[in-house]
Amino acid sequence: MTELALLADAARILEAFWHGSVGSSSAFFSGTLVRAIPLIVIGVGVSLAFRAGVFNIGGEGQLALGAIAASIVGLTLPSMSVLSAIAALVFAAVAGAVWAGIAALLRHRFGVLEVISTLMLNFVAANLVSYLVRGPLQEPSRIYPQSELIAEAARLPRLWMGTRLHFGIAIAVAVAVGAWWFLARTAAGFRLRAVGASPTAAVVTGRVNAGRVAAMALVGSGALAGVAGGMEVAGVTYALYENISPGYGFSAIAVAMLARLHPLRVIGAALLFAILETGALGMQRDAGVPAVVASALEAVAILAVVAFSGGLQIKSWRLRGATEAATP
Amino acid sequence: MSDLAPFLEAAVRTATPLLIASAGESVTERGGVINIGMEGCIIAGAYAAFAIGSAFPGAGYPAGALAGLALGVLLVLFSVTWRRDQIIVGTALTMLALGVTGTLFRARGTETALTFEPAVVAIPLLSEIPVVGRALFAQPLVGYAAILLVVAIWFFLRRTHAGLSLRAVGDAPEAARAAGVNVERVRAAAVLFGSVMGGIAGAALVLAQAGTFAENMSAGRGFLAIAIVALGRWKPIGVALASLVFGAAMALQFVVQSMGWSIRYELVLMIPYVLTLAALGAFGRGVAPAALGKPIER
Repeated sequence: MTELALLADAARILEAFWHGSVGSSSAFFSGTLVRAIPLIVIGVGVSLAFRAGVFNIGGEGQLALGAIAASIVGLTLPSMSVLSAIAALVFAAVAGAVWAGIAALLRHRFGVLEVISTLMLNFVAANLVSYLVRGPLQEPSRIYPQSELIAEAARLPRLWMGTRLHFGIAIAVAVAVGAWWFLARTAAGFRLRAVGASPTAAVVTGRVNAGRVAAMALVGSGALAGVAGGMEVAGVTYALYENISPGYGFSAIAVAMLARLHPLRVIGAALLFAILETGALGMQRDAGVPAVVASALEAVAILAVVAFSGGLQIKSWRLRGATEAATP
Repeated sequence: MSDLAPFLEAAVRTATPLLIASAGESVTERGGVINIGMEGCIIAGAYAAFAIGSAFPGAGYPAGALAGLALGVLLVLFSVTWRRDQIIVGTALTMLALGVTGTLFRARGTETALTFEPAVVAIPLLSEIPVVGRALFAQPLVGYAAILLVVAIWFFLRRTHAGLSLRAVGDAPEAARAAGVNVERVRAAAVLFGSVMGGIAGAALVLAQAGTFAENMSAGRGFLAIAIVALGRWKPIGVALASLVFGAAMALQFVVQSMGWSIRYELVLMIPYVLTLAALGAFGRGVAPAALGKPIER
């Protein structure tokens, strides 16, 4: 291939990236911003958990549980106008929290590393969704692996006509601001940061129950991932599908790391990764470049942040706690 | 009962890659490093074995080992040399490997239908023992190699000076350093060994089990390997037994398919993961290496 042809190829790929991500208002509002919503919400949750020294890498599973809960609410509860949508998201949060709560319980009671348990729960959740959309929740014609559409009332309103941007963007920004306020301005936020910075010092003060703070951080981040899953159903797909998340739970880790675990910076980082992912999808559509390349780029972003920010040393007190508890 | 023999055969076949990966991970963890990138090592090894093995038959296993090694070098650089958090780096390495292998595989386009036929080596007489004969004594060569690996690791940890150094670095790195052990070098070696085993496990998945490559075909085996090490209490024999249990749990899906039972397939696929959680809850309080997950103080 001549250099000219290579250049033309590169130009075509970049053009496809541009068109897919920010090149038109429909790409930006219907694609990129919609994709940023779960990344912001889960990214904030991951930031809170990591700040407390808890390695929740189960966002993917907690999201799936939230999506299941929102679907069940949207399919079964009678319509109560706007209350339906609120109920869907509340149940989604509870489902995500319960799913993370299993990991918290296993850790607290039985000393199981949350790194292992949250990962295992991801696989259980994915198979649970597959089971539901091929079994009890399958649409009436029983042909497609998906649920029926949820009630209109349970759907999140679209923000403006002609685009798919839904009310979830406002919720996502509110979550980020709320988490920032919580960390910076409340006593509980201070305790969370103290436990993450130095669990032994936090415990020595006698005022902090490090185990409980860490468990609450894990459950809270699960609730946020659950809300993100609920919003995917209530705002985007209107039905439960397999693979409802294209890896948001893992991308959110990249988002949180790039934001250096700061909730407000998560918004910018999520937008950046949403552009990267929708751009990659555009490249796949128009230039035949596989979109999974985005996952590799996100990994490189995590590694770059980790390499260049020596100050971001998270204390994995969990691992220490487990071994101390286990030593006879 | 006529189905027991094929089930055991499937269980042992399924357990082989798990056993190789978790045996490698157990050595890494004995040195104080937890390798969440094991999943990445397996998928990288699987793809390398598929791509290189298609072009050069016989080069599949070395290619898989090299792919695992490449990820291991990154983990050493970040987590041993630069002392960055092992879990975050490992997660990133898994994402990197899944992204890169997925991209390369899709970019291959049409020539993806290549399949490998695993050669089974049956040991005369022993393989004719009823029920367990074919499961244990009519395996692909890599199955026998996996059993030898467990014995070798047991011998290494228990009977050699280097094994003692490794355990010291995992349990009390400062003391090991004071005793003159180059702790960074020992940890690096432990990570590289585990990653190479992960790559070989991936190669075995392609060459001796599935016969071809599919995106995400590691399907959490690297994560299961980490759970298996904890269940096997960081001991070679325990790890081997736990691998076999999980191989059996994963092989259940074939039984359900062939028997036409009315249990939903998706629920059967859940079993290994639920079993992991239950088993870790019940017996997970083993004696983890005391310095597991911690960077070494300087």
